[in-house]
Amino acid sequence: MKAPETMREKWIIKEEVERIAQLAHIELTEEEKEVFTEQFNRILEFFRKIDEVDTRSIPPMYHVLDIVNVYREDEVGETLPKEGVLENAPKKEEQFFKSPKIV
Amino acid sequence: MESIEESVKIGLEVHTQLTSLKTKLFCNCPSDYRGREPNTLVCPVCLGLPGSLPVLNKKAVKYAIMAALALNCQISEEMIFFRKNYYYPDLPKNFQITQYDRAGGAPLAVNGYLYIEDQGYRKKIRISRVHLEEDPGRLVHVGPIDQSPYTLVDYNRSGVALLEIVTEPDLKSPKEARIFLQKLRNILEHLGIFDGSLEGSMRCDANISLAGGTRVEIKNITSFKEVERALNFEIIRQKGLVEKGITVKRETRHWDEIRRITVSLRTKEEEQDYRYFPEMDLAPILISKSFIEEVKAEMPELPEERIERFMKMYGLPKYDAEVLVSSKSLADFFEECIKLHDKPKEISNWMMSDLLRYLYENNIELYESKITPQKLVDMIRLIEEGVISGKIAKKILPEIIVSGKEPREIVKEKGLIKIMDEDLLNKLADEVFAENQKAVRDALIDDKAIHYLIGQLMRLTKGKADPNIANKIIREKIQKIREKELRKNA
Repeated sequence: MKAPETMREKWIIKEEVERIAQLAHIELTEEEKEVFTEQFNRILEFFRKIDEVDTRSIPPMYHVLDIVNVYREDEVGETLPKEGVLENAPKKEEQFFKSPKIV
Repeated sequence: MESIEESVKIGLEVHTQLTSLKTKLFCNCPSDYRGREPNTLVCPVCLGLPGSLPVLNKKAVKYAIMAALALNCQISEEMIFFRKNYYYPDLPKNFQITQYDRAGGAPLAVNGYLYIEDQGYRKKIRISRVHLEEDPGRLVHVGPIDQSPYTLVDYNRSGVALLEIVTEPDLKSPKEARIFLQKLRNILEHLGIFDGSLEGSMRCDANISLAGGTRVEIKNITSFKEVERALNFEIIRQKGLVEKGITVKRETRHWDEIRRITVSLRTKEEEQDYRYFPEMDLAPILISKSFIEEVKAEMPELPEERIERFMKMYGLPKYDAEVLVSSKSLADFFEECIKLHDKPKEISNWMMSDLLRYLYENNIELYESKITPQKLVDMIRLIEEGVISGKIAKKILPEIIVSGKEPREIVKEKGLIKIMDEDLLNKLADEVFAENQKAVRDALIDDKAIHYLIGQLMRLTKGKADPNIANKIIREKIQKIREKELRKNA
């Protein structure tokens, strides 16, 4: 089902998808860019629905549970065993994780 | 018109580790990562493993409130944490837990200030915010950063508690930036929450603009010694561009400590977009008045109070007290000396003149030297006991500073014990007289020449002659010659 163009004003254009991909360090094909542009717009359509509710008098909620001030004391606990730390690392060198050149 | 130098505006973003904490900000891994084997102080939280949950270190909040109070800030009643998203291997989660002043967020504290003094004028430096965040891991580049073939990552530092302190662009020169950082360090050290002598415990980014130009950000200034250097370089670079008619680009540059230049890092990339959003894994923090009062009650003595106390307790002039309390290690050193030897004025004089001058000229800090309160006191005692002269003390002090040798041993080893033997000094004075016959004649009528002869005797003994005895002997000899001349003429 296709809504009239006036209703479906675009929230996101392809260039923004490219920008988001760049920030996420992933490469997208031309087809994928089209697909994601479409999908992002659909997702944002849902938010438009939420936007219909007037929330001006309601303070923002930062946490789903009604809890505050969850602290721990400054006491040393256990760390991972040395052998385990690098177990899942795709690349390592000695006791280091190895990553591509970063600039 | 304003000169380029006068138009300089500098703002700092300072990151200091809360080095007195035993554990990291959000997990109970030990935070003393220095000199430890890579990736051995880590857990699922600071490695960003799925399913792990951060829990806030209460003491970190307490320390941060202390710092905020000392920096005259307003403390937020409620604060939350945010995720700052960026893809960089120094943080394994691909985001940093930090605080944010937009999107309804409030950092721990805002609107503070600090006064700095430079050559008699006092200046207010506004502090826009103070907040808590986690330190990223340590990246080990193989060679210079822009030539490194790959990067090694150590997450021991990942998650260590950092205090971020941001100033308004109120600093007018690289020197003011250094003075500000020294003052900040002094306060944080007096609070007992920070040790600036630990490598990398204070790092800073600076933004600088001149002549109404674009703001350039300099990252990776890894010690407060480097700040002045990096900013001086940047001013020269930007001035050079302006003189050639080239516009200064808005960009982020990296301070290369080894080559002592700033290098452009993100020319291609557009402005950063960190897509901040609230960190739902952490509950909001309410900072109650009573909690703040509790922290206030525990606040240790701050530098300004300590200066007052030094003046009252030890009878020091204001200037001396200010110099001694300009760093916590210096002030502690002084008070340690007093405990060993209750002569504040003497100790202060030695510290203020010879000790500080040596440290300053050699660009080292007290903790980097080998001198201890005990050694300085021992040296002063040697003078008081008449074993060495003050002149000899001045000579051996650098050696004590550099080698940490016992003053008594240096004196013995080098045969620097004061010469009190009058017969010996008399014989040496004869030599001086024989070699300086003109001065001897002048000395009969001119006091200056007498001083010259005393100086020659001191020189002959390499400063070891007891100055009082040397003085006495030379004057006696001159007097004898005078009497002889008188008799001859009579």
